Amino acid sequence: MDPISALAQGLTVALQPMNLLFALVGVLLGTAVGVLPGIGPALTVALLLPVTFKLDPAGSLIMFAGIYYGGMYGGSTTAILINTPGESASLATALEGNKMAKAGRGGPALATAAIGSFVAGTIATIGIVFLAPWLVEVAIRFGPEDYFALMCVAFITVSATFGASPIRGLTSLFVGLTLGLVGIDKLTGQSRLHFGVPELLDGIEITTLAVGLFAVGEALYVVSRRHLVQDTLEPVRGSLWMTAQDWARSWKPWLRGTLFGFPIGALPAGGAEIPTFLSYSTERRLTKYPQEFGHGAIEGVAGPEAANNASAAGTLVPLLTLGLPTSATAAMLLAGFQQYGLNPGPLLFAERPELVWGLIASLFIANFMLLILNLPLVGLWVRLLSIPQPWLYAGILVFATMGTIAAKPSVVELIMLAVFGVMGYLMRRHDFPIAPVVIGLILGPVAEQQLRRALAISLGDPLVLVQSPMSATLLAIALIALIAPFAMRGLGRFRSDAD
Amino acid sequence: MQSQTRRVDRVGIVVAALLAVLAGVVIWDMTTLTISQTYGVGPKAMPIVVASGLALLSIGNLVLAFRGGGEEREQPTMLPILLILGGLGAVIALIGIGGGFIPAVTILFAATAAAFGRRAILIDLAIGFVLGTAAYLMFAKLLSLSLPMGPLERLF
Repeated sequence: MDPISALAQGLTVALQPMNLLFALVGVLLGTAVGVLPGIGPALTVALLLPVTFKLDPAGSLIMFAGIYYGGMYGGSTTAILINTPGESASLATALEGNKMAKAGRGGPALATAAIGSFVAGTIATIGIVFLAPWLVEVAIRFGPEDYFALMCVAFITVSATFGASPIRGLTSLFVGLTLGLVGIDKLTGQSRLHFGVPELLDGIEITTLAVGLFAVGEALYVVSRRHLVQDTLEPVRGSLWMTAQDWARSWKPWLRGTLFGFPIGALPAGGAEIPTFLSYSTERRLTKYPQEFGHGAIEGVAGPEAANNASAAGTLVPLLTLGLPTSATAAMLLAGFQQYGLNPGPLLFAERPELVWGLIASLFIANFMLLILNLPLVGLWVRLLSIPQPWLYAGILVFATMGTIAAKPSVVELIMLAVFGVMGYLMRRHDFPIAPVVIGLILGPVAEQQLRRALAISLGDPLVLVQSPMSATLLAIALIALIAPFAMRGLGRFRSDAD
Repeated sequence: MQSQTRRVDRVGIVVAALLAVLAGVVIWDMTTLTISQTYGVGPKAMPIVVASGLALLSIGNLVLAFRGGGEEREQPTMLPILLILGGLGAVIALIGIGGGFIPAVTILFAATAAAFGRRAILIDLAIGFVLGTAAYLMFAKLLSLSLPMGPLERLF
């Protein structure tokens, strides 16, 4: 089926009133959690997993995707108005955006962010429409050894690109992989690392880990540094509308940002930080108004914000076609698929086209909704920021507890929530990235399954991993990605010694 | 700027030790599995891979720690952290003895609000109670989620 007719079929699914409602709830929730500091889209999806367990899969997945897109829009509002980016992907936006807000140009900053997000989101979603079927054609020929190799690439890139150093990222990843070992082995029925606790036989709940790390860990971290930081909310002054000059200065950064964001998001290279900062530095170099950079240049908001949204859309390509999550939110979306027994990949495109294409089509609708929600209604969202911090975090923890206990009604689950919360706090405090832990827990068991399947087919011959050209290439890429940061740091040290 | 006095990063040493212990636990657990002959590799392969990775990272973290450069971290304020953990502990205890969801999250709400500097414990308890009741009614009754029941929840 060609992409256009598949998309048309998807639109008929996405336009069903129920699914439109799910998309609307998703984008509303997404924008809200994006605006609020302390909760992001990954945590929101994690909390909603147990709640949506009994709902229609297509509807909830459309809602989750809406949350993902909405979080990206909402994050820019916080970044611009209080200079505390809701998530790391908005760091670059905060650089110039907050300066613009301080200079009384908060309105145009929000507008260029919203319109740029819309342009980038729409172009990138068109990218998904054409790239996904092609990638599915490639992926259909993948054997288990190729999948295993692909996951190795994702493990390395995800943990090496997040965080301060590759060692720290890999440490987080292996903690996640260890947690993934817990429970009954599906192939032989033997249980690993359960220490006689029956609750551990089913393995570690993804919800408990994600909520503990993201919600409890974040609350503990913020409260421990409360005396250090003082946020000031910049009121939106002046016109919301962009002048002709603002438009002229914005449209090229939007397109360039999209060009950075989508491919980097679509490659299993992880993170929206890289494309946003690439876009920021590019705009800084190309601008006709270099004197404005550092004091609120609109290009510095338009570009990164577009890159941010395009990369969010890009991460959906490996997620849908290969079942490969490359960001924390994508990992939670994968968990969303898994809770309905759905495994994203070529098979899902063949067996449930209405679901996959309905989801893709709903992304266009979500983008439209977000543009409308964010431009005229931005004042409403800003008011969310006036919720007192104590009540905000108290509410987050109440819902965190509820999500955890609803996923599995047991006190053991709550104890694990507290333990993971302390772990998340310590990891934040000592600069260990969080996302690789979640990705390790979700992807580790899948990788093990593929590896064992590959070795079972080859009757135990490990050479199968390098005999397939695809798998050999991917493993080589993984190896290079693993060694490159160390080699480059070695070079850097050599250079600094020579000075 | 590279200073001459490179402190050994104590956190790094702790992390390295924890990783080594974790690797040991994974290996020990692996040896308790009974061997079952399958084609390819059995359930023991992945623990070996993971434990090897943990061991290597333990060494890596140790090297980083001795290279020093762990930046000075400001001292966290412990009291609020303990308040939140105390709130979570109360939730675990209350739900453990069958006290139910609503009283548990009421305490958690008030404890967290207090940790974030609020000094109106009665008002916060009331808000927590209303929030917990609303959440319970919406999710347990409307969406038929199973939340822990106590004497209070049985009234609904």
